[in-house]
Amino acid sequence: MKLFVATRKGLFVLNQSKIEKPHFLGDPVTAVLREKDNLYAALNLGHFGVKMRRSSNDGATWEEIAVPAYPPQPKSGEKTPWKLAQVWALESDPAGTLWAGTIPGGLFKSSDRGATWTLIDSLWRRPERAEWFGGGYDHPGIHSICIDPRDSRSITLGVSCGGVWQTRDRGETWRLASHGMYAEFMPPERRNDPNIQDPHRVVQCAAHPDVLWAQHHNGVFRSTDGSKSWHEVSAIKPSKFGFAVAVHPNDPDTAWFVPAVKDECRVPVDGKLAVARTRDGGKSFQVLAKGLPQEHAYDLVYRHGLAVDASGKHLALGSTTGGLWISEDQGDSWKCLSTQLPPIYCVRFS
Amino acid sequence: MPRVVFTSNLQRHVSCPARDAAGETVSAVLQEVFDKEPQIRGYVLDEQGDLRRHVFIFVDGQRARLTHPVRESSEIYVLQALTGG
Repeated sequence: MKLFVATRKGLFVLNQSKIEKPHFLGDPVTAVLREKDNLYAALNLGHFGVKMRRSSNDGATWEEIAVPAYPPQPKSGEKTPWKLAQVWALESDPAGTLWAGTIPGGLFKSSDRGATWTLIDSLWRRPERAEWFGGGYDHPGIHSICIDPRDSRSITLGVSCGGVWQTRDRGETWRLASHGMYAEFMPPERRNDPNIQDPHRVVQCAAHPDVLWAQHHNGVFRSTDGSKSWHEVSAIKPSKFGFAVAVHPNDPDTAWFVPAVKDECRVPVDGKLAVARTRDGGKSFQVLAKGLPQEHAYDLVYRHGLAVDASGKHLALGSTTGGLWISEDQGDSWKCLSTQLPPIYCVRFS
Repeated sequence: MPRVVFTSNLQRHVSCPARDAAGETVSAVLQEVFDKEPQIRGYVLDEQGDLRRHVFIFVDGQRARLTHPVRESSEIYVLQALTGG
């Protein structure tokens, strides 16, 4: 089992339960992707901006590749700067095309292994974007890119805050796909507006792509019709707030969450770190805490801090206070690998 | 000709030894450097051509903007701010 752990201070690799010497020590790594024989890492250098690195030898050496860049900003009075602030999501489709979700809200693709990137203008130019706002960061961003395994022309995005968006034609046209979500943080007349929802993370079941799960700012939502509609899953416990969600690759009824205290408090409920799991599509949940700290635990798990592997058996959990745990039994029990890593942004099985 | 010196912290990411470059403003001098070493540009400027928020420029010991005039004998230091770390 190999796991990538992207942190505030470098990219760590977990290899057979051993944490190897980090890549990019000292540099924030916000996203990581394996695409066939290549590894990609997105760095967010505090002084020198966002950088992309690629390795074709499993991390032995890295080379600099192009970053997604925004076009010249017209003088329109728009407050959002057309400047890349972060690569927040990195995915690939079966054709090898790379997709990057970024802050301040642009989706980019690359068909040449990151040598060049193209802004998906059809989404960037949508008038609704003017109403997006930052969620967690100063400016809005795309953190989830779900590429339909049946048809890679169908892509579903999660935007904080800008709702769920979907294309069926590889980005030629887009539609809002967050109907059914609600936003308690908005005035009543805007509560159900699909364009101002804050889905913290959206994931899609690989074997049943019509089933998607979302951990939203206001709770857990599920779609069983390919994001045409969403329904709240109110049985989540011990709280409905959180950032991360993972769905079993083969079983659309099994999903995991890491609940926390809402809204700005953002710590585990009662100082006890726990994972909530459903096996019945959200009708009921088990709170899984065996092996996780149950006293004075203030670990927050970010959007990409929870991952499940392709078998659906192994899980990884990484926290903002540098805690890293793995489970080999779907979350029934957890093994701590470190409590001293840098703040963890993303865990991802290789 | 003005001389451009990059912070040693940048050397970790991209080769950027000190060099002489012509120009009458900071921007023009840097542009000549970037023309020869295009990889450095993205570390100093963002895609809109603005100086990165946590990068400082000093000309002859004074904090300067990109539009700052430079002399033949000027020394331009491109530094990382103490913010942004």
